[in-house]
Amino acid sequence: MGDDLAEESKTVDQVLDSTLESVDKAERVALDLAHESGFSDEDLDRIGMSVRECMVNAVVHGNRYNAHKKVRLSLSRTPERFTIRIADEGEGFNPMDLPDPVAGDNLMRHSGRGIFLMRAFMDDLQVRHLEPAGTEVTLVKNVVVKK
Amino acid sequence: MSVKLTNRQVGDVTVIDVAGRITLGEGSSTLRDALRELVKQDHKKILLNLKEVTYIDSSGIGELVSAYTTITNQGGHLKLLSLTHRVKDLLQITKLYTVFDVHEDEAHAVRSFA
Repeated sequence: MGDDLAEESKTVDQVLDSTLESVDKAERVALDLAHESGFSDEDLDRIGMSVRECMVNAVVHGNRYNAHKKVRLSLSRTPERFTIRIADEGEGFNPMDLPDPVAGDNLMRHSGRGIFLMRAFMDDLQVRHLEPAGTEVTLVKNVVVKK
Repeated sequence: MSVKLTNRQVGDVTVIDVAGRITLGEGSSTLRDALRELVKQDHKKILLNLKEVTYIDSSGIGELVSAYTTITNQGGHLKLLSLTHRVKDLLQITKLYTVFDVHEDEAHAVRSFA
């Protein structure tokens, strides 16, 4: 990968069906773009997994596999950061209401680790309620300049 | 590639060699069904070899946790063998690494069930 590519800004926008195939597709598209930023293999793993977890939330919990509802994926790469926006058309959620998955009583729960992992893997996570319905999650990974 | 499971019997320990991806959908449901079937058949000592697991997501982690709880509640033991860096990393971040009995060596893991 050339340095010139990493210095270019680029955006990708896609409208995806509410299916698990879309989860795979979003992960692939995001990793292709993130790769151009020169992230390490470990960072790419973590970006890919964050996109997967976020897409699963949008498809499964947000749109509930509804064929009439779409997921919007927006990727933006600049020399400084890689930004992922994933928006669903679901009823929304308040991230403050989510139980802490590593707290004693919650540790052995089957689910509830997605947002926690995204926060652990990315540099920033924001959740925004959309009108009239839906949730947009923004994930940011900063590009560390190699010296 | 989704997940592929191969069962072996080493003494009274059932070893499941897991290969591929344990993610929401086919991967996690295949693992869930296989473990439920073993519990139904009254297998009490189960060793999950995760050496060839290339990817696991939070759904896969959830399956491991559920299986551990179910098997433990029925008087059995579920242990993990040969975690990849990725799986180990995830279990550490989610603070589950110390919940599971994790082994690097199969013979040692099998003996630990005694």
